[in-house]
Amino acid sequence: MASTIRVRATANGDITEVLALIQHPMDSGFVKDSKGELIPAHFIQELKFEHNGKDVFVADWGPAVSKDPYVKFSFKGAKKGDELNISWVDNKGASDATTAKIS
Amino acid sequence: MTTINGPLATRRLILQGAASVALIGLGNLPFGAQPARAAANDKYPEEAFKQKSEADAIKALYGKTAEPSDKVKLDAPEIAENGGVVPIAVSTTLDKVTSISLFVAENPNALAASYKIPDGTIPSVANRLKMAKTTNVVAIVESDGKLYSATKEVKVTVGGCGG
Repeated sequence: MASTIRVRATANGDITEVLALIQHPMDSGFVKDSKGELIPAHFIQELKFEHNGKDVFVADWGPAVSKDPYVKFSFKGAKKGDELNISWVDNKGASDATTAKIS
Repeated sequence: MTTINGPLATRRLILQGAASVALIGLGNLPFGAQPARAAANDKYPEEAFKQKSEADAIKALYGKTAEPSDKVKLDAPEIAENGGVVPIAVSTTLDKVTSISLFVAENPNALAASYKIPDGTIPSVANRLKMAKTTNVVAIVESDGKLYSATKEVKVTVGGCGG
């Protein structure tokens, strides 16, 4: 199965810029479906980026983060060719992980 | 009950005034002594995400209050046509940043996202949030154990709790 995580990590000198796009419904638990029943909350709670065994960015999310979330950040200390591990866990215990190569 | 005549009432007012000044003066002391918490932990801050109001959520997440700072830059649109996808970015020139959190004041639960910023990570983040209606977006930056905030009102044309 294709990964739910799409990442682009670009090193520019000492600074690596990371863009991540994740496929997830991010249901808030406040929305009703066509039958008028509430769609239960279903959202990513924790998203982690790891470089060289060290967390470089950790996101704690609530249901107010938009569907198919996007996040952008930058960190220092990585170089081209390094690997960046990305993983998420949602409130139902589902998870996904991927590894991206810094270009 | 006794009726209060002119001079007495004045004296009481002055006393009350003095008392509240004293309280404000003392109020700052305990805050500095409190240990930094929550955001420094690795655990998902479940309680903070359950709080309805922005003030309660900040308290549950950090256990202290924030002061407005022009060193926190909150980038959000004036008008968001679709409340389901509001692009919001935060950056700061403050040093020793350990976390950045975003609150949407009148969402069902105010806390939207909280980011841990380890050493070596630039204190700047961009994401997209849902907004139920026109309200304030508040960015909080935790720097050297203190909280700094920036606030911006975003007008929402179509509410986004519909996702």
